[in-house]
Amino acid sequence: MDALIQLAFFLTLLTLGYVFGKIAEKKHYRSIIEREKQWMQIPTTSGRHVLSTDREVKGVKLATGSVVISVDYFKRILAGLRNIFGGNVRSYETLVDRARREAVLRMKESCPKADQIINLRLETSSISKGDKNQIGSVEVLAYGTAVYLYPASTATRP
Amino acid sequence: MLLTNTEEIPGKRITACYGVVSGSTVRAKHAGRDIMAGLKNIFGGELKGYTELLQESRDEAIKRMKAQARQLGANAVVNVRFSTSSVAAGAAEIYVYGTAVTVE
Repeated sequence: MDALIQLAFFLTLLTLGYVFGKIAEKKHYRSIIEREKQWMQIPTTSGRHVLSTDREVKGVKLATGSVVISVDYFKRILAGLRNIFGGNVRSYETLVDRARREAVLRMKESCPKADQIINLRLETSSISKGDKNQIGSVEVLAYGTAVYLYPASTATRP
Repeated sequence: MLLTNTEEIPGKRITACYGVVSGSTVRAKHAGRDIMAGLKNIFGGELKGYTELLQESRDEAIKRMKAQARQLGANAVVNVRFSTSSVAAGAAEIYVYGTAVTVE
């Protein structure tokens, strides 16, 4: 009887994780894609130099953005199975992809008036690392240098 | 205090260099935040409490680095890098370092 209750509990968690996790992921991806389009106006590179432009640099600022995202129960179990069979852990791929894109978006949102962001760097860590539980969440920190330029009209000054 | 993660500051000239400055904070899991995180571990999604925690500790680390740079008489820090490491189970360190310089 005890085992049956445990199994029912496990299955409930699995279903809850599957349904809500799927909804949350779809919603998040929709929001990411929409905001990525919106923030396309700020060119972002991982290069070290200001993208070629005839406008003068007005100022610079360190821009940062971070996010902590957790994986749902269903995917965690799936990843656990993957540990036995090997292969790509798809369920975690979407997790880190979402986290990275979200962090970059937040970095851009932190400096909406910037003209460019250069030297983009991403740092990933996990607070539950070294814990007995498996990796449940991923933390991503995106940072770069936001460059502000003078308006085009001043580009012709001596 | 100017901060950049490039070697030089675009549009400015570096006149003096003071060496490496750094700041760090160690943050741990929070019991109250962990309850919510536990729920989120079932449903998936963003852990808002932990995002805030990460932000706060990052800001604190930057503040400490800036204070150190100011003490040296610098007015900018270039080549800023963030680094994270897990010190113990459930605790993580966020470390920020850069080169203190004076710019015109």
